[in-house]
Amino acid sequence: MEVFVQQVINGITIGSLYGLIAIGYTMVFGIIGMVNFAHGDVFMVSAFFALIFLLVLTSWFGIASMTLALILVMVVSMVLTGLLVWAIERVAYAPLRGSFRLAPLISAIGMSIVLSNFIQVAQGPRNKPIPPVTREVYTLWQGTNGYPVNISLKQIIIWVVTALLLAAFWYVVQKTALGRAQRACEQDRKMAALLGVNVDRTISLTFVIGAALAAVAGTLFLMYYGVVVFSDGFTPGVKAFTAAVLGGIGSLPGAVLGGLLIGLIETLWGQYVSADYQNVAAFSILVIVLIFMPQGLLGRPEVEKV
Amino acid sequence: MTTSLRTWDSDPVLTVEHLTMRFGGLVAVNDLSFSAGRGDITALIGPNGAGKTTVFNCITGFYKPTTGMMSMRPRDGSLHLLERLPDFIVARKAKVARTFQNIRLFSGMTLLENLLVAQHNPLMIASGMTILGVLGIGGYRTKEKEAIDRARYWLDKIGLIGRADDPAGDLPYGAQRRLEIARAMCTGPDLLCLDEPAAGLNPRESAELNALLLSIRKDDGTSILLIEHDMSVVMGISDHVVVLEYGTKIADGTPTETRNDPRVIAAYLGVDDEEVEEIEHELDETTGSEEGRP
Repeated sequence: MEVFVQQVINGITIGSLYGLIAIGYTMVFGIIGMVNFAHGDVFMVSAFFALIFLLVLTSWFGIASMTLALILVMVVSMVLTGLLVWAIERVAYAPLRGSFRLAPLISAIGMSIVLSNFIQVAQGPRNKPIPPVTREVYTLWQGTNGYPVNISLKQIIIWVVTALLLAAFWYVVQKTALGRAQRACEQDRKMAALLGVNVDRTISLTFVIGAALAAVAGTLFLMYYGVVVFSDGFTPGVKAFTAAVLGGIGSLPGAVLGGLLIGLIETLWGQYVSADYQNVAAFSILVIVLIFMPQGLLGRPEVEKV
Repeated sequence: MTTSLRTWDSDPVLTVEHLTMRFGGLVAVNDLSFSAGRGDITALIGPNGAGKTTVFNCITGFYKPTTGMMSMRPRDGSLHLLERLPDFIVARKAKVARTFQNIRLFSGMTLLENLLVAQHNPLMIASGMTILGVLGIGGYRTKEKEAIDRARYWLDKIGLIGRADDPAGDLPYGAQRRLEIARAMCTGPDLLCLDEPAAGLNPRESAELNALLLSIRKDDGTSILLIEHDMSVVMGISDHVVVLEYGTKIADGTPTETRNDPRVIAAYLGVDDEEVEEIEHELDETTGSEEGRP
């Protein structure tokens, strides 16, 4: 029982990160029907932004408060990643809008390779560590067999930040002019343009928002594991994409739900079945869900436009 | 016959000159010139396939015309050449709004949200590109409130205020049509282009539509350009009728003038080419010359 609860806590933590990344996939897919395969690598680059800025803050400026450092690092990483993705979108995707469907997809795969290889060359192929942000661990209860159920401060930070960010993001999508424009573009881009919405800019901003959420995930990922390497974009990226599809691509609550499920499935599978086959489990679940529920868990069935 | 000055000659809000639109070998609109008067309700009529919707698509930046010039003069005194503007600028700066033959509401969004999307630009500016708005800085809240008030005013006007928070897709057909017009009006247009607003409406709804259009002209001073097959709408409310056939203008004048025009009658009833020639011949005899015609 204690083991199970412990693994659920771990699963929700990693699942939150998947959920944050998955939103970027699902929003971009919703608005222009494109799978942004570079998104995983954007996540990895954002972790490097965080890493560099954290080291700058702690060693050059000697900021002792880790809380302050973490908040600053997160904001900087969000801004830099947002700018990077805005540039990527302008250079690699926007010129291909309106061409055949596969063109931006190929372009995104290219961008993904560019980003990971650039980091490999610029930052080296080895794990980059940071000093531990916090070692605080709270014991929730001591099991009868002596096995404790722990939750670390890092995990609490991840839960709280994710929840706050999702709430803010939900507010933007539901209540602001930008969010309404995004939803309008999702349904009918031409009509939105005729009402004065700058569709091109709305699409760019969608990419940027997705990138900012991925940057938060990147910073939290770095804080949680303490290391990052150039190839770290791939597996979390693919898993987050899986989460988006599992939850129903295009659906925002679906992306979060999918992320949490993937996180839970892989940790529980790792505990009870085989740690070596964690990834196999996550993707097998995806296959099974897609066979029986092609729109994903919360996805709307495709409605043909007249 | 052209005695008094007509609005569309003296004070046009939209002037279309020598508009031609070709799709490959097909000439959808052929050297069309007409004006829509400020404050007028102008009807663009013609048999199916006459190129009316293509004209609309050119005006609203959907298509880039092959040749021709379209000048739009909003109330603020500026002049916009529509063929050079991207689609969202046509709505934003040139102040042209339109509806479609097939309804294109954002069906998953609520009625209120549909009307708020139409007020996107002032809100986007007021919210400082969302960032200030989320933080609650600046005049975003007041602007948002104004936008909601405006949306509610229109919902009230089209009789849908009670359903403000329902998804637009749940409305019955006639209500969706009215909502589309309200949404177009929320962009604050100087020219409202309506593509068959009465299509599929029953006689009562059609009469309501007439009343709505007349009140839009009266209360908002918006000029209206409409494509319509329903002659009760065309003859009932329009000040100016332009008739197209095979992409070419065959008549242009007041409703009474066009109704009695033999070529219009021929186009609508479908006559053989020889008969049209006969009619044209008779016409030349009665009116003197082609130039004398309005």
